[in-house]
Amino acid sequence: MSPSLFVEQSLNGVQLGVMLFLMAAGLTLVFGIMNLINLAHGSLYMAGAFFAATVFQLTDSFTLAVLVAVPASALVGAFVEWAVLRRFYQRSHLDQVLVTFGLILVFNDVVRMIWGVVPVPLSPPDALSGPVHLFGGVEYPAFRLAILAVGALVALGLYIVVSHTRVGMWIRAGASDRPMASALGVDVELVFSLVFSAGAALAGLAGLMAGPITAVQVGMGEPILILALVVTVIGGIGSIRGAFVAALIIGIGDTFGRVLLPPALGSMVIFMLMAAILAWRPKGLFPVHG
Amino acid sequence: MAETKATLAKADGAATRVFAPIVLLALLALAPTLSNAVDNPFLIRLFTRAVIFAMAAVALNVVLGYGGLVSLMHAGLAGIGAYAVAILAFHDYDGSKFVGIFPGTGNLAISIPLAMILAGLGAAITGVVSLRTSGAYFIMITLAFNQMLYYFFVALQKYGGDDGLQILGSLDFFGLDVSKRATFYYFALAALTVETAFFALLVESRFGIILRACAQNERRVVALGVPPLRYKVAAFAISGAAAGLAGAMWATGQQFVSPSDLSWVRSGDYIVMAVLGGMGLVWGPVLGAIVYVLLEAFLPAWTQFWQAPFGVVVILIVVFLRGGLLDLVGAKGARGNGGGRG
Repeated sequence: MSPSLFVEQSLNGVQLGVMLFLMAAGLTLVFGIMNLINLAHGSLYMAGAFFAATVFQLTDSFTLAVLVAVPASALVGAFVEWAVLRRFYQRSHLDQVLVTFGLILVFNDVVRMIWGVVPVPLSPPDALSGPVHLFGGVEYPAFRLAILAVGALVALGLYIVVSHTRVGMWIRAGASDRPMASALGVDVELVFSLVFSAGAALAGLAGLMAGPITAVQVGMGEPILILALVVTVIGGIGSIRGAFVAALIIGIGDTFGRVLLPPALGSMVIFMLMAAILAWRPKGLFPVHG
Repeated sequence: MAETKATLAKADGAATRVFAPIVLLALLALAPTLSNAVDNPFLIRLFTRAVIFAMAAVALNVVLGYGGLVSLMHAGLAGIGAYAVAILAFHDYDGSKFVGIFPGTGNLAISIPLAMILAGLGAAITGVVSLRTSGAYFIMITLAFNQMLYYFFVALQKYGGDDGLQILGSLDFFGLDVSKRATFYYFALAALTVETAFFALLVESRFGIILRACAQNERRVVALGVPPLRYKVAAFAISGAAAGLAGAMWATGQQFVSPSDLSWVRSGDYIVMAVLGGMGLVWGPVLGAIVYVLLEAFLPAWTQFWQAPFGVVVILIVVFLRGGLLDLVGAKGARGNGGGRG
């Protein structure tokens, strides 16, 4: 592998990693605090991409698309939490799997009804459409670099919010001991809604950034959902730090696995990685609940 | 008084556990006759699909309803069985050898047991990793393993990759030609009957009682001196082998297998079938599979967007009918042990 290819693939890996982190952050917080398995998280990713594509088609402005799609995804998330999922925090995991599975079917069909089955075009903003020249003559698409930067910024922001603010303290308190946090006067319901909407916003952001790279189409959230679940499990369910480390491991592992190994093995690398890590640490790298 | 009540409950239990499934399977045996009577071959195709889905859902329910293990990889395990049959048939047809050593075969008497062994082994290996965890971890890990199998078969370019693998040669079972629709239907129904009877005996055996105990209170099982992991892995492997049987039947019936049969959505469908029918009874998922296939066949006639109403049905069942359809007729014990918090 030449040095320039190595740099390019490393960047690809880190970029996939930050995308996965945006997805996994929501999943892991929702699970850690509310004890809810949300298989429909990928639908919020899809929603973000479709909202952005629609606004982009109407206004031709990527900035506006971002400004509309992220809050819109958060709203969809808030609505689903309020209308359906709120009733399932105390139910068994099986019920949660079933209800979010049902939600995926509904989401996919609603998207099919509104936008049809043909992929909706979404191109990167003009300013970011070309390549960037990096050191050593490496060329890299500016848009992918921008994703990397946005993802890193969001990760930093999340770290600051979760570790250094009062809301973050509530979130951590809720994740480590829900009844005690509630007894100490934290409005747990409000925190739940807030966390779920924030997770939805991050999923929507990931979706709209993935839009120009992959395709904006029905079911686009499901492959990334699986990877995000792998990240969540490896990192330790409920741990933001774990999600970040695991997202980078999976992002880089998957990218290099596909480049270096034959296809049948390359596509399985991350799952073997998961199996190996869990055989060593069944609760993930950074377990939250003892 | 108390005695009469107990006898009544016992009779009721026998009715739902023994007579009801016999009646259901007997009714299923009438499908080809019915299909001939109304001269509609679509019916027999529909019921073949239902019977095969039922085999997978019954297999799943042993670990789901009795073991409390929410597995999202049963489509993948069934896929191992399906590909085993299809790959053996592929080598039988073109006379080549699998990895240059093993000859292929079109004899299901060889390929079905092999499919079951491979699927059972796959379940045992993944089970050793996934069953060390519990609850949400288990669900997510089985989902990940399902996708691993999916991508593995997508990557097998020699066997069709993304496009799937067509079975071109003929398949037989000890000389019984299963290419005729009615013959294959009875063949699959017989397999489902044997499978259901086997699991009905299994869950009442000592093994089954330990499995159920693990779902209810694993700590007590440990305190009794029984190692739960061993039992759970064994149950998962047996369930996986039965899923492999369903997959083998699927490949035989369709003469085709593709990675999309292994998608995790199919695994979710199996869970829906088990819950729809009622997880507390071994044969409950058979009912669930029939209802699922009927919905899948007739909802699209009303609307192109049938998945949304189907999703709503799933959500409503979870919210209201916690013991599945069997709750409607008031069957005892329709709610399984399963789905406990981990």
